[in-house]
Amino acid sequence: MATVDDMVPPGESPEPFHEEAHDPRRRDFINIAAVSFAGVGAVAIVLPLINQMNPSADVLAQSTTEIDLSKILPGQAIKTSFRKQPLFVRNLTPKEISEADAVDISTLRDPQTLEQRTKAGKKNWLITLGVCTHLGCVPLGAGEGENKGPFGGYFCPCHGSAYDTAARIRKGPAPSNLHVPDYAFNSDTVVTVG
Amino acid sequence: MSFPWAKQYEPKLPLTRWLDERLPVPRLVYNSLGGGYPVPRNLNYFWNFGVLAGAALAIQIITGIVLAMHYAANGAVAFDSVESIMRDVNAGWFLRYAHANGASMFFIVVYTHIFRGLYYGSYKAPREMVWLLGVVIFLLMMATAFMGYVLPWGQMSFWGAQVITGFFSAIPLVGDTIRIWLLGGFAPDNAALNRFFSLHYLLPFVIAGVIILHIWALHIPGSNNPTGVDVKGEQDTVPFHPYYTAKDGFGLGIFLLVFASLLFFFPNYLGHPDNYIPANPLSTPAHIVPEWYFWPFYAILRAFTADFILPAKLWGVLAMFGSILLLFFLPWLDSSPVRSMNYRPKARIAFWVLVADILVLGYCGGAPANAFYVILSQICAAYYFAHFLIILPIISRSERPRPLPNSITEAVLANHGGTSPAQTALETSPTSSTPHAAH
Amino acid sequence: MVRLIASIVGAAFVLVLGIALFGSISGAITDPVAPSAESVAHKHPKELELASNGVFGKFDRRQLQRGFQVYKEVCSACHSLRLVSFRDLTKIGYTDPEVKAIANQWVIEQPSINPETGEPATRKNIPSDRFPLPFANEVAARAANNNALPPDLSLITKAREDGTAYVHSLLTGYTTQPAALLKEFPDIKTPEGLHYNPYFANLNIAMPPPLTADGQVTYADGTKPTIEQMSTDVSAFLTWTAEPNLEARHAAGFASIIFILIFCGLAWGAYQNVWRDVKH
Repeated sequence: MATVDDMVPPGESPEPFHEEAHDPRRRDFINIAAVSFAGVGAVAIVLPLINQMNPSADVLAQSTTEIDLSKILPGQAIKTSFRKQPLFVRNLTPKEISEADAVDISTLRDPQTLEQRTKAGKKNWLITLGVCTHLGCVPLGAGEGENKGPFGGYFCPCHGSAYDTAARIRKGPAPSNLHVPDYAFNSDTVVTVG
Repeated sequence: MSFPWAKQYEPKLPLTRWLDERLPVPRLVYNSLGGGYPVPRNLNYFWNFGVLAGAALAIQIITGIVLAMHYAANGAVAFDSVESIMRDVNAGWFLRYAHANGASMFFIVVYTHIFRGLYYGSYKAPREMVWLLGVVIFLLMMATAFMGYVLPWGQMSFWGAQVITGFFSAIPLVGDTIRIWLLGGFAPDNAALNRFFSLHYLLPFVIAGVIILHIWALHIPGSNNPTGVDVKGEQDTVPFHPYYTAKDGFGLGIFLLVFASLLFFFPNYLGHPDNYIPANPLSTPAHIVPEWYFWPFYAILRAFTADFILPAKLWGVLAMFGSILLLFFLPWLDSSPVRSMNYRPKARIAFWVLVADILVLGYCGGAPANAFYVILSQICAAYYFAHFLIILPIISRSERPRPLPNSITEAVLANHGGTSPAQTALETSPTSSTPHAAH
Repeated sequence: MVRLIASIVGAAFVLVLGIALFGSISGAITDPVAPSAESVAHKHPKELELASNGVFGKFDRRQLQRGFQVYKEVCSACHSLRLVSFRDLTKIGYTDPEVKAIANQWVIEQPSINPETGEPATRKNIPSDRFPLPFANEVAARAANNNALPPDLSLITKAREDGTAYVHSLLTGYTTQPAALLKEFPDIKTPEGLHYNPYFANLNIAMPPPLTADGQVTYADGTKPTIEQMSTDVSAFLTWTAEPNLEARHAAGFASIIFILIFCGLAWGAYQNVWRDVKH
């Protein structure tokens, strides 16, 4: 019985994968190029896999909401929804406006005047998201008979954040005022939010 | 478990040394898909398909997880949720077409892999366990693919579920009870859709687990090769990395080329238009067909049209399941000691007849059930069973194989312009042959 | 032992198939299936040249807008487009204000709830709405259409074999039933209320010819509204509604194919390079 080594004809090394010394740089280049190209391809494939988690076209399309203000009397507020989040629309009374204006904004955690938070000439219309800036609960105060908190605006029952009549944070853990979304008056009684 | 000349993993960095002493995962990878796995040097391109099957499974799992983030498994909204993926989800059309066509690519690759195993005798000792686990993977794939096809809840989804679960009603006595249990109702509905979704999500991970066993079992004897001759020494093998990783990289490129052409330019070519019609339990499509990869088996099912002792329906279902289950016995049905069909002239003819036979069966399975195609399926189904259960066992005993090369290296060198392996083997002393100029 | 059992099982299957084969052949001889009227008269759709055809296909937006006009003025009375939203029309070249106006003026309103009483009500459409259904439910649709259900058109060109061409052929394929066919198959005389159309699967369709005269719609871009033109335009529009991402798909496809081709070249080079000293 012939042994294994006998089968190897002369001229063929029994070591089939020995390294040779000629021009290693040129040799490595193509391997590195192929692997890098594959890496670029893999990254390109990952992009749609990440992007698919962004809001889809139908979600983005619902991002404007029209609101009819004609039925909201001074002192009243409504709770509606914008991008599946609660939205507070409040018709401030002159007393509430003057209360808000009376505050020295340098004492505020998130200094803003009521003017900055409403549209010019429509200072009585306070439109904010109903999402507490602390951890996202819905503050009370928009519904009839709800606890408006110590500052007459909104009060978040989760962790006790109190907002004033301009929906600015006055007390409690929330870091900033209730967020004012982008909106525009289409007419005196209709606003488009978003 | 490997050949004695396999390279050993030697961690160089302190971190990898630390890891190797505690959780030697890099060593495991090195030994199974790295430099530590010696592989015959003469593998041809058909050996790319194992790695490609793994790549196809990975594509299915990744795209599937992502699609499940948007899909809703409820009869009222399933169809619309798929359409919202196609229209509104960012890159949703890409993900869904990739998943649907990825399933086809997975089957193309796995069928090639199976036929490679059949041709080169990869199912034979000592690799029977690799083959058996492979058949298990195949069965799991079929179950997964079937349940996945139900999820879009189109007409073919619904009627496919109806027909496939109808197989079980062929079982005597308890058949209807089993079918109702499987569906959770009297017809496919929310209960069935939800459990199919749950299992469709689960089974790919089971497949991944069985693949690990499949590779484990493969690494004990090592890979087969086109000559079917055992590895005799170090000169017969090369390390998996970089030799076969490089070759598989090229193979993967070609695979992706075919996949991308299908996905981006003919995404619905392999699908059926009726599945873009929402499921309607009151109206059956004119011509129900499963996905193309089930066509040969569907043709076998439909070929049994006559009652004989058992009802025709039961024969059909038995034969359809039997046509796959018989693969479990193949290592013992084919008793020839020669693995590769290259050296088995008669078995090779039978193999190519089988390939043609299965292609014809596939064509019949996708065609309408008229008399001509039924007759054709009956003839082809008969050959299918005869091939595995009668012809191959007889050939394997009676046939005189051609002489085998003495070693892989010898066959390789003969291929490169030396002597032919047959010639060498015929000569009394292998060393007396002189290599001619390389071609 | 395995081989013995196997050959018995194999012989059993072959025997049963042999019996079945005998039955099939004798059945085919003694009782051949007569050709049906469908198999004789049903026609495959005519070729339809559209800008979106082929791997380089792109939509012709002006044609899509014309097709949308045909849908709006002719088809939408009976056929829903329930998977498409008004906002999607921006993708065929309408501006946001135009889409808003189209939605606002759409004849069928969007179902909603009266905010005061909670009663079912309707409201004007807005761009984020899907196209409203012309009938409240299937029963209503059938009741209004001689018991036939007008199919939703959102996916129609993908839900039929060769769908784009099919829609065009169907719309232009109405004809009187050939006398020769009727002579051969007296049973298939088009029933009252149905219409003969050789491109429809069972030859008799409930939909009356929807495009009956040139000039049925008036195109704003001056294209002559022949029946052929209107039918082509609406087929193009319905191709878009079924596959709105076709252009993105083709573009991504070309980028991918070129990228993969380069990768194949590099991978081939690396493969040859790694193996250069090993005969195999």
